[in-house]
Amino acid sequence: MSITLSILYLIATITFILGLKLLGHPETAKKGNLIAASGMGLAIIGTIFLHELDVPNFIYAIIGGSILFGAIIGWLIAIKVEMTKMPELVSLFNGFGGASAALIGIVEFGHNMGSTTQLITIIAAIVIGSITFSGSMIAWAKLNGTMWKDIRLPKYNIINNLFFLGLLTFAVFIVYSDTNNNLIIYALLLAALVYGVLFVIPIGGADMPVVISLLNSLTGIAAAITGVLYGNMVMIVGGILVGSAGLILTFAMCKAMNRSLGNVVFGAFGGNETAPTETGKKGGTIKKTNPSDAAVMMNYSDKVIIVPGYGLAVAQAQHVIHELEELLTKKGIEVSYAIHPVAGRMPGHMNVLLAESNVDYDKLIDMDDINPQFKNTDVVLVVGANDVVNPAAHNDPSSPIYGMPILDVENAKSIIINKRTMNPGYAGIENELFYNQKTSMLFGDAKATIQELLSELKGMQ
Amino acid sequence: MTELIDFISKNLQLIYILILAIFIGVEVIKNIPAVLHTPLMSGANALSGVVIVGAILVLLYADPNNIVALILGSIAIILGIINVVGGFAVTNRMLQMFKKKRK
Repeated sequence: MSITLSILYLIATITFILGLKLLGHPETAKKGNLIAASGMGLAIIGTIFLHELDVPNFIYAIIGGSILFGAIIGWLIAIKVEMTKMPELVSLFNGFGGASAALIGIVEFGHNMGSTTQLITIIAAIVIGSITFSGSMIAWAKLNGTMWKDIRLPKYNIINNLFFLGLLTFAVFIVYSDTNNNLIIYALLLAALVYGVLFVIPIGGADMPVVISLLNSLTGIAAAITGVLYGNMVMIVGGILVGSAGLILTFAMCKAMNRSLGNVVFGAFGGNETAPTETGKKGGTIKKTNPSDAAVMMNYSDKVIIVPGYGLAVAQAQHVIHELEELLTKKGIEVSYAIHPVAGRMPGHMNVLLAESNVDYDKLIDMDDINPQFKNTDVVLVVGANDVVNPAAHNDPSSPIYGMPILDVENAKSIIINKRTMNPGYAGIENELFYNQKTSMLFGDAKATIQELLSELKGMQ
Repeated sequence: MTELIDFISKNLQLIYILILAIFIGVEVIKNIPAVLHTPLMSGANALSGVVIVGAILVLLYADPNNIVALILGSIAIILGIINVVGGFAVTNRMLQMFKKKRK
């Protein structure tokens, strides 16, 4: 490798670290993204032009053509996608990265590089790359709505874990057998792909943010492993950075649900075993309201907090909710949004959604900061959120979400909950907040209902 | 056991790099505000597309007569570059929305 290329890789590595660091602050995030992107550009161009190999021209044509083709596709997807589709998109791109690593592993296995270390890295790249690919595709299909139900095989925990052990054994066997039979590597590829499907298929709903960031982290690890294969520093450091950043995000999400990673990945949540046993609190009466009464309540309040959830994203109600917020603010009412860390289907989902409709990010307030404010709040408007405001997390030790930090909505003076139906949330548990004396239920599609609320409010003084 | 020690002594530099990179990753990311969770994830996602460097190397080292390697390698490049370009572009688009509104 030429020294110029090594220096280029070094620069790229520094831009990755710097870029990630800058991505962590709202003011510098955009710059960070661009810096990391330019470093990536340098690394790619350098790899193509600064190696010292004798390569026929048509290979350059293939490389150039593939890059151009893929870059155009990537660009088009990125500028066309709707912001509400962001979780799907992240999964899709992530899957592509994983697939790329797996393909590299397959080609390199054919070269039979000889040393055990290299064989191990090749096998690891294939296994991790394929798991991320098929796992991300399933996550994509689920988020897309193509695959709604959380499909669970009977005893899927045991099946999955046994399958995983089998996969590991198979991989170790290949390393020890020192074979160069291509068939066996395709069998491994297939097994890893199947495991990726089995791994993600039973996970759904509120656990999606954890899975997406975990898969993200795995792609980074796959990239780093491929980097070890080539002794390529920029791949190693870049991959590891993504891997550890993804893991931190994964743990942050788990913490927000008061669950361990093992519990999310291997445990049944909202499954049959944990079905609600506590039926005593059911059967209370709920108080229904309509948009005009709700509008009156809000019109005569001083402070309103909006709690957005996945239902808001599904109904694409981010723009009307922003209009509502602006109208209330104009009327001199203090409005803010309470953001639970796992609201939605990926980390930070609500923030992106509301940013798209131009909500000032100063108004998006994290759980710990907003919780003390509920007691001074006149009206809380919950839109399409359920488990993140369920008081059972505080006071029902038998509840599966017991111990999960929630938004203390019940401390507010009055609560309006907009939901489509009385169906319980993802966790499948009853929410006693709905039966609270202070709660009024405002049934209907989020977008349509808020629209009505808005026009009622416009007519008021 | 001797194999392990042998492996460690041969790859000491690599092991140092791995460990330091893990720590850098953790330190750089921790305490990030929730507002930036999605852009961070999608930016990191774009970074994991660095695997494309490996895909390019596959083609550069490939035997020009090995059609399978050439095809698989170019698919790996296409997928990798979609990950890179799409990831950075969409992160940029997302971050543009996070502009602070001046009143």
